[in-house]
Amino acid sequence: MPPSHLSHWGLLITGDPLIYGADASIALASIAIVYVLTKYKKWKWLWDEWLTTVDHKKIGIMYLIAAILMLFRAGTDAELMRTQLALPNLHFLGPEHYDQIFTTHGTVMLLFMAMPFIFALMNIAVPLQIGARDVAFPYLNAISFWLFFFAAMLINISFVIGGSPDAGWTSYAPLAGSTFDPGPGENFYLMSLEITGIGSIGTGINFLATILKMRAPGMSLMKMPLFSWSIVATSILILYAFPALTVVLALLLIDRVAGAHFFTITAGGNPMMYINMFWIWGHPEVYILILPAFGVFSEIVSTFSRKTIFGYKSMVFSLLLISLISYFVWAHHFFTMGADASVNSFFAIASMLVGIPTGVKIFNWLFTMFRGRIRMKMPMLWTIAFIPCFTMGGMTGVMLAAAPADYQYHNSYFLIAHFHQVLIGGTLFGMLAAMYYWWPKVFGFLLDERWAKWAFWMFNIGFYVCFEPQYVLGLMGMQRRMYTYPSGLGWTDLNFISTIGAFIMGLGFIFLVWDIIYSIRHGERDLTGDPWDGRTLEWSLPSPAPHYNFAVIPHVTQLDQWWELKQQGRQDELRPKASDIRPIHMPKNSGKPFLFGLAFFVVGVGFVFEWYAVAVIGFLGVGALLLARSFEAHPDYHIPVDEVVHTETALGRL
Amino acid sequence: MSNDHDTPQITKTFHQEKFPWQGIFGYILSLVLTAFSLWFGLAHAAQYGVILYVIMGLAIMQIFVQMFMFMHVTETDEGFPWQSLGLVSGLVFVAAIVIMSIWIMTFGAGVS
Repeated sequence: MPPSHLSHWGLLITGDPLIYGADASIALASIAIVYVLTKYKKWKWLWDEWLTTVDHKKIGIMYLIAAILMLFRAGTDAELMRTQLALPNLHFLGPEHYDQIFTTHGTVMLLFMAMPFIFALMNIAVPLQIGARDVAFPYLNAISFWLFFFAAMLINISFVIGGSPDAGWTSYAPLAGSTFDPGPGENFYLMSLEITGIGSIGTGINFLATILKMRAPGMSLMKMPLFSWSIVATSILILYAFPALTVVLALLLIDRVAGAHFFTITAGGNPMMYINMFWIWGHPEVYILILPAFGVFSEIVSTFSRKTIFGYKSMVFSLLLISLISYFVWAHHFFTMGADASVNSFFAIASMLVGIPTGVKIFNWLFTMFRGRIRMKMPMLWTIAFIPCFTMGGMTGVMLAAAPADYQYHNSYFLIAHFHQVLIGGTLFGMLAAMYYWWPKVFGFLLDERWAKWAFWMFNIGFYVCFEPQYVLGLMGMQRRMYTYPSGLGWTDLNFISTIGAFIMGLGFIFLVWDIIYSIRHGERDLTGDPWDGRTLEWSLPSPAPHYNFAVIPHVTQLDQWWELKQQGRQDELRPKASDIRPIHMPKNSGKPFLFGLAFFVVGVGFVFEWYAVAVIGFLGVGALLLARSFEAHPDYHIPVDEVVHTETALGRL
Repeated sequence: MSNDHDTPQITKTFHQEKFPWQGIFGYILSLVLTAFSLWFGLAHAAQYGVILYVIMGLAIMQIFVQMFMFMHVTETDEGFPWQSLGLVSGLVFVAAIVIMSIWIMTFGAGVS
């Protein structure tokens, strides 16, 4: 639908039963939320405790909930696609609809599931691990969250209003230009990524500053837990990679809405420049997604093997080396563009080099487990599952990195299988391991192991059944983004098996969610604050931690401080003494970050539908909120000693 | 937020004027530089090659305006110039991205 023909009602009336179903379920869910909040008089609670919070722990919880919801949303997309591909010549989804679904699947999984999951863990764990009371810029942290949240709203309403983006999660020009893809769909993609991208840059700045400047006294960088180190590497990547995305999406938006020709070859532009700039961000982005998982596995392997991590220094060095090399590999996403042999050789070798520091990490984890007393709890189980899965993904990655061979693999299901194996087997397994690991610290109860094991086995078995056949399909010539295929190519059996696997994974997800619901009531309560016999500072605190985290900032002398103190029977050194407690300096809650996100949402809607008056109103809101914040005289307060003493006594720590 | 009650207030370590003349001057300068490069490109004020180099020159001037007027590049904190770390790594990455993009995007020009 070209935008000039859109009436306001035309945005809503599509004639597609799936979309009417989505309309109805969104309406019902909204009514249910409003009803429950009103009936139990929870509006004020919602505003005071959540919408205005600047507490990193609560922001972490909100990111976590959003990530799980988005995993459901984009997972549903995946099930729809696999259903369509189960057999040849199916018409469960039409070609346009299939295009929209694979686009939102990829976009939502990467930007609105994996990224917030990582931000959730950063928020939940980093300040507690380094002995800080919050992040360096709590207000910015809230802004980052609300920008993400409203960007996620924007991309999700596209399905029911105006049409989803349909040019793939990479949104390549010229396909995504206004000539071939008119209508608001692609604008939804561009605006929501722009908005969440600003939030991500904020998070990168925030956590780099937090870790460099707010570590507890005595915690030198080389005594810092490896998860925090992985967030240093991730934050550096975010800082240098995301601006490239912001710029390239802005250029494409200007092409689309203002008629410029940055990527139009007939008017002197160059569509390959879009692809080049997209991957300048895109490749570091996949390391942004994997490095935090590496950090998580380092914590878990060490904790559940009851051993100091093997080769701590080489772990740190390899993290930083991976983040450095990751800037010099982006052209491997478009070897087939036909750059000269020297370019392809350089990027092929650089890509293969990433395998070396990654291999170092894999071996370090194995050596840490070697002769350790391993406890097979859920976090460790996901870690053990990660190692073979990710290694296979990494090996097929090296195959793809061989430029001449890539001409064969490029954009085939071989590639699809590869990146799902590293992103699910690496990032998602890592995030889930971390969820089980830090869950008791956040919520004060453990997730039930029995249901978690069902989820684990379903998800793992489903994964291999779903994705291993896709390697073969790729070698047999099946290309990505095909909405259907003819019979008689020998693809049917493998596709059918793959679909079965996808549904087994879906079952795994249902068990995962059921486990959470079950454990809210029946999960074991964490009364000690240290359910895993942990090693780092966060386990010295009660679960959940009081909102100021540390009543007295601890002094650190070594790596794995908490573990070493426990070994020497000196745990009490990390308990606060009443005489040491001083008033605690904390940031005040603020409603502005929420309104800031809302204002950006209005800007987004304005650009999506090219209603510029709406965009101007949104920008005025943004400006007004920036001004209001600038003249805020007292954004902070002190918690009096009495209150801290009272809280700590109630927790049994004084 | 400062981490601990006994660390000094973070604002005191920064250089502060009564009225932010430097910031306002830098802001105007950056707007002028942007507007001029936009006009120069849109108005086709010179040959293509000339426009390219003028705009690149203006962009480099813009970098210096940002660094000296806004980004505290001359200040140090506890004797350690933290921002120089970011600056050096930023320069490395920017140089890599620009040089390698030109290399990649000249396609087969290197061989043919």
